[in-house]
Amino acid sequence: MRTINMTAAIAEAVDQEMSRDDRVFVVGEDVRVGGPFGTDAGLFEKYGGRRVVNTAISELALAGLGVGSAAVGLRPVVEIMIMDFVAVAMDQIVNQMAKMKYMLGGQAVLPIVVTTHAGVDSSSAAQHSGSLEAWFCHVPGLKVVMPTNAYDAKGMMISAIRDDNPVIFISNKRCLQTSCEVPEDAYTVPLGVAEVKRTGSDLTLVATGRMVLDALEAAEDLAADGVSVEVIDPRTLSPLDMESILASVRKTSRAVVAQEAVRFCGLGAEIAATIADECFDFLDAPVKRVGAPFTPVPFAPVLEKDYLPGKASIISAVKDIFGD
Amino acid sequence: MDLSEEQMRHMLEQMMRIREFDERAALLMEQARVHGSVHLYCGEEAIAVGVCEALRKDDYITSTHRGHGHLIAKGGDPRRMYAELFAKSTGYNRGKGGSMHMAALDLGIIGANGIVAAGAPIALGVAFASSYQDNGRVTICFFGDGATNEGAFHEAVNMAAILKAPVVFVCENNGYGEWSPTASQTSVSDIADRAAAYDIPGVIVDGMDIMAVHEAATEAISRARSGQGPSLLECKTYRFYDHVGRDFGILKRDEDEVAYWRARDPIVLWQRALVERGLITEQAANAMRDEIVQEMEDAIAWAEQGPDPEPADLWRDVYTETQA
Repeated sequence: MRTINMTAAIAEAVDQEMSRDDRVFVVGEDVRVGGPFGTDAGLFEKYGGRRVVNTAISELALAGLGVGSAAVGLRPVVEIMIMDFVAVAMDQIVNQMAKMKYMLGGQAVLPIVVTTHAGVDSSSAAQHSGSLEAWFCHVPGLKVVMPTNAYDAKGMMISAIRDDNPVIFISNKRCLQTSCEVPEDAYTVPLGVAEVKRTGSDLTLVATGRMVLDALEAAEDLAADGVSVEVIDPRTLSPLDMESILASVRKTSRAVVAQEAVRFCGLGAEIAATIADECFDFLDAPVKRVGAPFTPVPFAPVLEKDYLPGKASIISAVKDIFGD
Repeated sequence: MDLSEEQMRHMLEQMMRIREFDERAALLMEQARVHGSVHLYCGEEAIAVGVCEALRKDDYITSTHRGHGHLIAKGGDPRRMYAELFAKSTGYNRGKGGSMHMAALDLGIIGANGIVAAGAPIALGVAFASSYQDNGRVTICFFGDGATNEGAFHEAVNMAAILKAPVVFVCENNGYGEWSPTASQTSVSDIADRAAAYDIPGVIVDGMDIMAVHEAATEAISRARSGQGPSLLECKTYRFYDHVGRDFGILKRDEDEVAYWRARDPIVLWQRALVERGLITEQAANAMRDEIVQEMEDAIAWAEQGPDPEPADLWRDVYTETQA
């Protein structure tokens, strides 16, 4: 099977859904030229300006364009170039898109994908490096997905486009560059289902976004030290497949939760609290959390390196648990 | 102007229907029989009716927190509107939206909105969908003068102009944004001047003169429908009552100002015009009003005895079950 990177996998998923369903269209800034990350590569050439709608730099209006067009039957893929820019579009995403169906007593169906690119990326500084997934997980009515490899990204993008709810589709920038085997035909990876990325017996390591890559490397190193780590990638953050996580913790009796986002009030806190609540009798140690410090993302490479959690911070948390 | 005599009488009837609906909504709020806040449309009836009578049945509107008039003008059923105010499951939103969120998608009413100017990006999206589907439909975006100080308004109008979306932006300039005079919060004295910034037509209309509104709306709608893009209509009008309810108690308005506008009551003006043209008699107009009063009393009685939402409705319609 051919190997492609996550960027190409996302572009292929959108292309295949556009050719399958005329209601699907892409709207966003610079989508005409494929977007700065290449996740829209080739779409404008193939489908033209009717279905690949290049807009003004107006995040609020383009999120609203998604809401209005979905309310009357289209299936928009709305691209917010960088995750920090969602702050500009927040009213339309949080007050309109997420609540409309409920407030209207079920009248509205809003099949919208809001796709965006997140995470620290070589000195992009505080307004282009955010991991803001927890903002959206806190909002009923939205689904939030964050695939971490090319295979999941293609299958989950297709699922997201076919889903009848607003889905926030977050691509971590480092994950976008990774490659794996991806089938050429369209396929789906279900939303709301976690995946065990590596099996183990001593500790459950729940990781999201780029932390999945670091977690797999950490697990490899820890195996050499005789610690068998099970790595779980929730893939969908809301609705969260807590059952898979709890099942693993019941088996291993220990858990570490790792995220790139600021640790305070992050998704990891919700996962850790639920583990403590549901698995208290199974736990041999407190649940540890790994995340970024409570600061904006710094510009200087020397500071950015200290800011970003990674393999070392994960290993350190695991060793804490085993009393090293 | 090709209005039939019957349609001209119907326009009087629709304005009366809105007035009688809201006068009673105010009383019900004061009596604490309905829930939440009610923003009254009294004084502005010529705008909703003048515009909506120029629409096709399959056209769309977006509305505001002061939206009862828009709903009735677009064909909303006062019984289901009152039921929504009473928070009954027979209401348009099954009792889960209330006054500020009423919608009827099957009538092309995309919804009132509790966020000022949020309807503008949504209207852009609905209109975009009409272009995309090439269905010839036009979207009316109703909003107040205060909305034109929100970023959402400017983003949406600019993008609608760029995309030549079939939308008409109808500003109801009633002289006040919430409890503060428009002049204290808006840099221009004529909102229509803001159209120049987007290179679209900006037209000032006497919002108390239903014929003037209807003529200007007809032209703007025809322009939108023929692919020439959006227009901005500024209808100069007056809020007969307070921002919320009839008298919230914090706003003191000049008595002469109120008297000036009261003397220009759009219903009185239109009734007088019809009588002068021999299209209706005073007696027939009074009988029309009596019938509407009875219709409203019946609607309130029907609405108030409706069923409350079920406890399980708390969890209903947060998400849509996706049909694979």
